[in-house]
Amino acid sequence: MTDIKAQVDVLPGIDPRAPLLQINDLHVEFRTRDGVAKAVNGASFWLNPGETLAILGESGCGKSVTAQAIMGILDSPPGHITRGEVRYRGVDLLKLREDERRRVRANKIAMIFQDALSALNPVYTVGFQLAELFRTHRGMSRADAKNRAVELLDQVRIPAARSRIGDYPHQFSGGMRQRVMIAMALALDPEVLIADEPTTALDVTVQAQIMGLLAELQRQRNMGLILITHDMGVVADVADRISVMYAGRVVEEAPVYDIYDKPGHPYTRALLESIPRLDLKGQQLTAIRGLPPALTDIPQGCAFNPRCGYAKEPCRQDPAPPAYAIAPRRTARCHFFREVLGD
Amino acid sequence: MTDVVLEARNLVKHFTGGIRAVDGVDLQLRRGETLGVVGESGCGKSTLAKLLVGLEKPTSGSVMVRGEDMTRLRGGGLRRARRNIQMVLQDPYTSLNPRMTVGDIVGEPFEIHSDVVPRGKRQQAVQDLLDTVGLNPDHINRYPHQFSGGQRQRIGIARALALKPEIIVCDEPVSALDVSIQAQVINLLERLQDDFGLSYIFIAHDLSVVRHISDRVAVMYLGKIVEQGHDVAIYDQPTHPYTQALLSAVPVPDPRLRGRRKQIVLEGDVPSPADPPSGCRFRTRCWKAQHVCAEQEPVLQIRERSPHPSACHFAEINRIH
Repeated sequence: MTDIKAQVDVLPGIDPRAPLLQINDLHVEFRTRDGVAKAVNGASFWLNPGETLAILGESGCGKSVTAQAIMGILDSPPGHITRGEVRYRGVDLLKLREDERRRVRANKIAMIFQDALSALNPVYTVGFQLAELFRTHRGMSRADAKNRAVELLDQVRIPAARSRIGDYPHQFSGGMRQRVMIAMALALDPEVLIADEPTTALDVTVQAQIMGLLAELQRQRNMGLILITHDMGVVADVADRISVMYAGRVVEEAPVYDIYDKPGHPYTRALLESIPRLDLKGQQLTAIRGLPPALTDIPQGCAFNPRCGYAKEPCRQDPAPPAYAIAPRRTARCHFFREVLGD
Repeated sequence: MTDVVLEARNLVKHFTGGIRAVDGVDLQLRRGETLGVVGESGCGKSTLAKLLVGLEKPTSGSVMVRGEDMTRLRGGGLRRARRNIQMVLQDPYTSLNPRMTVGDIVGEPFEIHSDVVPRGKRQQAVQDLLDTVGLNPDHINRYPHQFSGGQRQRIGIARALALKPEIIVCDEPVSALDVSIQAQVINLLERLQDDFGLSYIFIAHDLSVVRHISDRVAVMYLGKIVEQGHDVAIYDQPTHPYTQALLSAVPVPDPRLRGRRKQIVLEGDVPSPADPPSGCRFRTRCWKAQHVCAEQEPVLQIRERSPHPSACHFAEINRIH
């Protein structure tokens, strides 16, 4: 039996003291018939063990594409990573050979998706799909792998796990399928879990169950979690830090308490003001005027400037605002962050 | 009771396979108010919407619009009654015909109800409608794909307004939209209500959105309304355990409340509507359930400890927020 886990640990250049995950200046573009869509335009962030980083943004802001680039599952073509680094423990994953990359992907960084029904293979039983991981990556026997699969389904609290491993994905409810996908992602004990809108398709009561389960598994394993979401309620409940993305850039990065208390970027501020809240029945909602830009035609300067109440001349000119250090452990890409913080 | 514009009486819809999608719903909508209907997937809220506008025929029960039973009307009578009750659908991508121009989509109600606006004035009427919902009237010849999701939802709203209805049934009108756009559409719906004295049935799974827009709220579970009342009653003094669990599950965008909110995490999933539990349908997931809950179905009514109608034998106020 080959110990594949050990092979990952001896990846050349691996440094156990380096940050768990560090993304530097990532650029991704899609070359399409209609032009070049710049989906990610210099995203940077980092993740520590045991920490939850939320990547918050609306449709088309580049949050899912960033996750796909980290995982190495970007559709290419048309997607191309044109610049940047994805460092796991100091090793730039973008420079690895595909077979090395695959080992990292299985053992160190795992991902769960919004739609479990299309992420799971419909023609294999859930037990087979889980056991396959142990057989391929851990060289286990069929019987051992099956037992591990049952244990895992137990851990994600699927009732009567042993009797359900012969079931197909469509025989599970939405919430149970999401549990199966979590089990599959955690099978090989990854250090980083990327969850892309894991509860968006679920009802609120089921969402609460799944978020609770994720938090518990994260604590037990001291795993780093990247939570990609558009839901500011979920973020407030679970995240340690937040990166807010707009038009492919991280426009604000801050610890969770600070950002809800005093947003430092006009976009973050506008987002917070535009959500109806259960505990505050306000008058009119403050809508953000206009639309997010087309990724084939991102405005010069700050991409948010046409929708921004603070925008002045410098905002409309290149280069885009740099990531100003606005407070300890906080950055915002806004020339007028002082005014935003002051309001 | 003259201000009741829409009333459903013991409305039932069963589908083949024994699915009891809507299983005895009573509700009243008053002039100028918004009645929110909340519930999770499969609770029957979309089927209820279709029954109310007459897109589905009920198995039994009636839908009264201005004192006329829609379910008994046929032909011209039904067509006239339908002018009064229009619908806005969830998905702005599939609810607009991609081969029709915006002008044709918004103007189609005038073709069907040809006596509302004379032919020569229809284009102007359509342009006025586009202007009313905040779209550029000059874009009348564009196709749906040339608009964003939020703008498409505005097209759907313009179409619903064309026949000057009193009632609009909105089935998840903002669920497919990003939050920044969602706020624009909610504000638009509120402004139109004020301008035209509209009454809304607002169906959604997002409790925060429903609270924001509704005057009264009905909570549905497995084809039945389990609790109903003014928005303050439902959100601040819920008495049905399901409502309490639902409210407690909604994340609040304020990290300072983390770990300090009351959280009722329900076990398991919603049972199949083809085979609902006996007695109270929520009892299989309820922490208060007793023998009586399996034997006797609780009626939706005002109770000793519930100042507004609640369908629970043990209804009692439990503040969540």
